[in-house]
Amino acid sequence: MYSLETKLAQIGNRSEKTTGAVNPPVYFSTAYRHAGIGESTGYDYTRTGNPTREILEKAIADLEDGDRGFACSSGMAAIQTILSLFQSGDEWIISKDLYGGTYRLLEQGYKKWGLRCTYVTTSDTDTLRAAISPNTKAIFLETPTNPLMEQTDISEVASIAKEHGILLIVDNTFYTPIIQQPIRLGADIVIHSATKYLGGHNDVLAGLIVAKGEELCNELALHHNSAGAVLSPFDSWLLMRGMKTLALRMEKHEENAKILCSFLKEHDAVVDVLYPGRGGMISFRIQHESWVNPFLQNLTLISFAESLGGVESFITYPATQTHADIPLEVRLETGVDNRLLRFSVGIENANDLIKDLDKAFSIAKGIAKEVTI
Amino acid sequence: MSTPYTFETKLLHNKHKFDPETGAVSVPIQHASTFHQKDIETFGKYDYSRSLNPTREAVEEVVAELEEGTHGFAFSSGMAAISTAFLLLSQGDHVVISEDVYGGTYRMVTTVLNRFGIDHTFVDMTNIAEVEAAVLPNTKVFYVETPSNPLLKVTDIEAISLLAKKYNAWTFVDNTFLTPALQKPLTLGADVVLHSATKFLSGHSDVIAGVAVVKDADLAKQIGYLQNSFGAVLGVQDCWLLLRGIKTLHVRMKHSCDGAKIIAEHLQNHPCIKKVHYPGFEDHPQYAIQRKQALNAGAVFSFELHSEEAMRTFVENVKLPVFAVSLGAVESILSYPAKMSHAAMDPAARAERGITDSLLRLSVGLENPQDLINDFDTALKKTAALHYI
Repeated sequence: MYSLETKLAQIGNRSEKTTGAVNPPVYFSTAYRHAGIGESTGYDYTRTGNPTREILEKAIADLEDGDRGFACSSGMAAIQTILSLFQSGDEWIISKDLYGGTYRLLEQGYKKWGLRCTYVTTSDTDTLRAAISPNTKAIFLETPTNPLMEQTDISEVASIAKEHGILLIVDNTFYTPIIQQPIRLGADIVIHSATKYLGGHNDVLAGLIVAKGEELCNELALHHNSAGAVLSPFDSWLLMRGMKTLALRMEKHEENAKILCSFLKEHDAVVDVLYPGRGGMISFRIQHESWVNPFLQNLTLISFAESLGGVESFITYPATQTHADIPLEVRLETGVDNRLLRFSVGIENANDLIKDLDKAFSIAKGIAKEVTI
Repeated sequence: MSTPYTFETKLLHNKHKFDPETGAVSVPIQHASTFHQKDIETFGKYDYSRSLNPTREAVEEVVAELEEGTHGFAFSSGMAAISTAFLLLSQGDHVVISEDVYGGTYRMVTTVLNRFGIDHTFVDMTNIAEVEAAVLPNTKVFYVETPSNPLLKVTDIEAISLLAKKYNAWTFVDNTFLTPALQKPLTLGADVVLHSATKFLSGHSDVIAGVAVVKDADLAKQIGYLQNSFGAVLGVQDCWLLLRGIKTLHVRMKHSCDGAKIIAEHLQNHPCIKKVHYPGFEDHPQYAIQRKQALNAGAVFSFELHSEEAMRTFVENVKLPVFAVSLGAVESILSYPAKMSHAAMDPAARAERGITDSLLRLSVGLENPQDLINDFDTALKKTAALHYI
């Protein structure tokens, strides 16, 4: 049994028997010729199964220690595919601090179709337990949460879920299997926006699902194929290319994040720093809301952009970007206020990042001063 | 074009960090072969993609900056870059070249350039006196590979560059093994840096590409002219993949170099291994030069077993590294120079250079080094059991 970094570097290698190609071919073919009736090669139509996508799906299943993987056209497509497992009248318990896109899909989409969601602070297991009703069919965790970095004890929630016969779904986008393997801790399904750390280069949109248990996997395979939000062969290949350096990137992201955390904590323009202790994501609150815009405008190295997990550092303003679809009062109550910034620390040199932040903070403070005068 | 950022930051933040039109953080792939012109007299910057393409231009500017040169050129393979650079020469010119140069370059020099009246002398580049003795009145190029392939001999780039200047010749340095993350030949006096970008620069065993970088405007003009005339340019998809690979160059090199050191040390102490050629050992003949001109010994080394039979048993039993031609990938690659990279060299020439039939070359990838050591130990145990060494 190899370690994770060895598994990552070797994704797809030795998969091609005919030519010995070290790098797996990209199969663009949509259909597969059969020798005769009932003589499928194992591939019929590319939505159902594609040899390139299959290598990726097996790799992520192995990395997350699940039984089967499913590659989807985006992280949201992965969540949508999982939602197909449920029906009207079912209930979900879900993290209160949550990615805005997931919130939108549930509130503006699935609510209409009779799926009810109860939003709780999942790190508080008593509240979580109290929210369970006879109709509760799943618990959906983000840990750490986006953007407030709250962590939930997956093992504890897994035992609560098992006790009640409820599925446990964990969004592992922020940590990836390098840091956290939720299935090993008792989760049934793990999902990823693979656009983020797994892809890692801000150039491929993708989602991944890994599940444990034969029945659950068969059901997901049915919906994955029926709804058809599958990942294209080229993007599957590109995603695998990104995953080969995941271990190295994650190590550097984390090393940088820890350095940047200390810098931000010491800086007088910053009031709060939220960092869960691992990974490359930090959130922080700037002293005054009026400083946010000049701060963002004066960053020259770090990009002000929506997304995370790439080699390049990004700062996001959740209030108007990732969490814009969450009603103001809900957003403020959760703590996603107008002074909060989310920082996806890249793999640049940490000192270059510090200099950029420091300069932008000074300019923002200067501009704010002029305004008050 | 140069920024105040450190090398690892420059890999990500350069002139092409985002598309000026859309803000896209990944350079667009411009498939267009030709470009609409607005004026009948004066054409725009881009007219035909062989001459200049925006995606290729991006990768060319990025590698030029990383090598601290002024102009970069992307080619369809490392050999296309090397061949195009040799086209700077004319009939009657002479090249002084490393004797244990890559087999493909050896083939080019000995079977192609000679037909066009370009002569050569192979020398031990590590021996400056021998190099100077080989100089002829028509010597135009000193061709250096350092560390050399596959014996990892290290040449003093600065010393050779000074010698070349004395004789009014150019210094070409193949920087494939170390990349600008570890060594920048242009800053040491070289005139042309060449790369098989298929290797560490791209790093994922999925692109064939070559690069040339220069720091002199006149030389840039000449190579640009040859690149366009000869036309061995890199395709746009591959330019983009190369750009993508470069983003993780620093972290990949670091991990692979650390792994190489651990594995080289382990093998050196193994009774089944006769010799390990690795410039990171203090007793390597050019250890001091390597320390002086590069940040690390690199991620490639070679080693010899006690016999060809033992080498065969070892290779048959190794499971983890790919047994293949090439190097500088995320996967560790084990190769057999006698039959692979140096097959183009005749057996006598190989023997003379010390490329024995029991020599293997290892390019360390991104696996956990301990997994590789475990794999090698298992294979070496079987080798020892069979060959009583």
